[in-house]
This record gives sequence, structure tokens and C-alpha cells, in this order.
Amino acid sequence: MRAFWALVARDIKLAGRLGGGPFVGLGFFIIVVTMVPFGVGADLPLLSRIGPGVLWVAVLLATLLSLDRLFQADFEDGSLDLFLMSPLPVEMQVLAKCLAHWITNTVPLIIAMPAVAFLVNLETGIMLPLIVSLLVGTPSLSLIGALGAALTVGVRRGGLVLSLIVLPLYVPALIFGAAAGTGDLMGTPMLFLGAFSLASLALAPFAAAAALRISVS
Amino acid sequence: MAKSIQRFANPARFMALSGAVLPWAAAATALTLSIGLYLALIASPPDYQQGETVRMMYVHVPSAWLASAGYASMALACAVGLIWRHPLAFASAKAMAPLGAAFTFLALVTGALWGKPMWGAYWVWDARLTSVLVLFFIYLGYIALWEVIEDFGRAARATSVFCLAGAVNLPVIRFSVDWWNTLHQPASVARLDGPAIHSSILTPLLVMALGFTLLFVVLTLVRTRTEIMERRAASLEMQQAQAGMIVGAHNG
Amino acid sequence: MAEYFAMGGYANFVWPAYGITALVTLGLIVWSVRGHRAVKTRIAALEARANGAEGS
Repeated sequence: MRAFWALVARDIKLAGRLGGGPFVGLGFFIIVVTMVPFGVGADLPLLSRIGPGVLWVAVLLATLLSLDRLFQADFEDGSLDLFLMSPLPVEMQVLAKCLAHWITNTVPLIIAMPAVAFLVNLETGIMLPLIVSLLVGTPSLSLIGALGAALTVGVRRGGLVLSLIVLPLYVPALIFGAAAGTGDLMGTPMLFLGAFSLASLALAPFAAAAALRISVS
Repeated sequence: MAKSIQRFANPARFMALSGAVLPWAAAATALTLSIGLYLALIASPPDYQQGETVRMMYVHVPSAWLASAGYASMALACAVGLIWRHPLAFASAKAMAPLGAAFTFLALVTGALWGKPMWGAYWVWDARLTSVLVLFFIYLGYIALWEVIEDFGRAARATSVFCLAGAVNLPVIRFSVDWWNTLHQPASVARLDGPAIHSSILTPLLVMALGFTLLFVVLTLVRTRTEIMERRAASLEMQQAQAGMIVGAHNG
Repeated sequence: MAEYFAMGGYANFVWPAYGITALVTLGLIVWSVRGHRAVKTRIAALEARANGAEGS
């Protein structure tokens, strides 16, 4: 268990050192959200209606961007081979990396949400369901994303293919997440979202571990 | 059971068997499709409600059926490949992918062409076609993975894992898109297949579906044979390159 | 005859639907058969070279 938390801590520290930490992802997220009014017009009621969906899509895209670095650094310096030989099960290692990824990439976005929500004229009543929906749903993005990252690690143009293979798998999270973001805290979409995240938690580490073994062999 | 699977899975046997079967299968395909086209375009009456637009169903429904059935066959082949490690399974999965993707594309286009006279717009984000669109992206992802991973062994297993992940997720995607559709669609939008199917429509539909399915099988056999021969060509090239290097070393 | 081709006013939808189906289907057939022939030729050439090398 100690090895698990050590791996989480290591990845969080590494994320801080390389690639500007959470700020690049945050910057991208804010810019994407800013682009939307340029595209659809500054009609405040319209923005307010599409706000939760726009914010969810922006979080999704920011998460996607950070995924190909998940295993890449370890692949390049050979630590990935060591991970596969370590006594800690590969599935647990994947879980540790997903947790670190979620903490360093997604949580900053969620924390920044109240500050960014005014860009889309988000109604104050929706803030809480939106944040809860993100907390419940975004772990599935890191988990499913890990599978994609494991399949494409070390591949040329891997980032592009990663996006292509992961986005269709994200569709349920986006549908339920955006709907949950506008509804009740315990409404149907929130429950489905939770179920989807739990299912990802149960299945994705095994699939990603299998993918890592395939990619490194 | 495993032994008989192995007997048919041996590439040399597969090549011999498929070579023998192909001419007959191709003939059967041509015959069935010809009959189907005749029934679809000439011999069947227009629908009393949908009029001549029902004829589009005779190409749309078989395409949609093959889009899903093709993916299911691919997923089965990938599972067999991962469990029993036989290259024939991986080769056939790779062979089926562009075929399935093409029929998915056709399902989308014919669906849009059907949608315009029915609902007034080419694309209305109905649950069925939207799910097919996501399926199309999954096919593209699978094909893209084969293209970018250079080692055949790694590509075969990685694409298979992805195909199975997609297979597990597809029912969830379908469910979520259905649910999403009820949320945002006005109640007046009709379902894509309209009223119940009666027998004068059923016969052309089934014949066309059978014809296209036979076509899928024939082309899968052809493409799997091609894949197997590509492996052999690659290994021959490698052997000759190595022999050439050795000879060159002796002469040089 | 013209009435038949008009497809009850839906000609702009029915014929393109069949047209693109025919196009894609024929495209798949041609592509698959050509790929098959090409690799067969390649193997024949490689095997000829291998046999030639053994003979010399």
C-alpha cells in the first residue's frame, strides 16, 4: 500500500516539475471556454443554457491533452519496464498514475470553476451540481484515458490517435455529466454518471495494464 | 472442439479452404444481390404511407445491420486472437474493419438521405444514427491504431484490446445516447423505422440483407487471404535481405 | 418510364442512396481484389528470386 501512495506522490511531484504543472492545462481550459462566446455570440441567456455542456467539453479536452504524457516519460527513460517487474501489481500502478493525473490535471480545473463560470453566465444555482458532476464523472476520464495512453505509448503521432480512440469512449461520461450538471444532485443522470465512473474504476485498470504489457513487450 | 478450431485455423488450410469456397460464395453473392436489387427497385410496390422513400430502406437497413454485425464479428475475432494467440484471428479482424467502417458510412449517408424527406432535415441527431456515428469513430480509431503501430504483433494485440473496450462500451454509449435523445428531442419527431414492416417490404429487405452479408463474408475472406500473404511476403523479404547481407559480407 | 425514375418525387433521395451504395460497394470489391492480386504477384516474384538464388 505504501508503494501505491509513493507512486502517486512521485507522479504528482513530476507533474509539477515538467510541463508547467497545472497551469498549462488551466490556461488551455480557460481559453477554450473563452472561444465559445466568440463562436456563438455574446447572447447571455444562450450562454447560460449551453454553459454546463461547454464547461464539460472544455474539461474533457483539457484532460485529453494531458493524457499522452501519462506513460510517455516513463516509457522514454525505461522506468516502464521496471514498473512491469515491480512487486506492486501493474493494475495498482495504473490506478496510482490515474489518481495522480486526476489530482494534477482535473482538480485544478474544478477548483477554478467558480471563477470561470461567469464567462458563460452560469446560473448560481447550477454551480453546485456542476462541480459535483465533475467530481463524480472526471475520474472516468482519467481511467479510460489511461487505457488509450497505454495503447499508444511510444507510437509516432500517438497523441492524435489517442484522442481519436478515447473520445468515443467518453461519450457516456459527457452525456450524463453535462445533464447531471444541470439537474439534481441525486437525479438520474448523476446516478448513471456515478455508475459509469465506478465501472471504469473496476475495468479500466485491468485493460490498461494489459495494454501496457502489450506496448512494452 | 479446440482441435477442430485449430484444424481450420492453420493458415495453409485456411488458404486452401478459402480458395475453394470463394468462387461459389462470390457467385452466390452476385445472384442474391441481383435478385435483391430487382425486388427492391422494380418488383416491390411503394409503401402506402412512406411512398417510394421506403426503397431507401432496402439499402439503409442492410448497411446498418452490417455495421453492427461487422463490429461484433471483429470483436469476436479479437477475443479469439487475444485468448488463443492465433494470427489468423488478428488477420481476419484487421480484414473486417474497413468493410464494417464502409457499411457504417453507408448507413449514415442513406440514413441522412432517408431523413430529409421524412423529417425535413438530413441530420436530426436521433438516437439510432447518432449511435452509428459514434460506432463509425470507433471503427476509425481501430483502423488508425493498426496504421500507426509499426510492429505487427503489438498492433494486433493493442487493436484487439481497443476493439473489446469499444465492444464493452458500445451498449453503454447506445444507452446514454438513447437517454440523451429523450431529453432533448421534441416528442413529435418520429422514430426512424416508422410504421410496422409488412410482408411486401420484408422480402426485398431480407434478400438485400442476405446479399450484403454474403458480400461482407466474401470480401473478408479475400482480405484475410491478402493479410496472410502480406505476412509471408514480409518474412520472405526479410529472409532475402539477410541472405543478401551475408552474401555481400562474403564478397566484400 | 420517366414516372418510374421520378420515384414519386423522391428521386433526389432514392437514386443517390443507391448510387453511393453501389459506389462504395464496388470500391470495396475493387480495392480488395487488387490488394489480393498485388500481394500474390509480390510473393511470386520473391519466391522466384529465392529459387533463383538457390540454383546459382
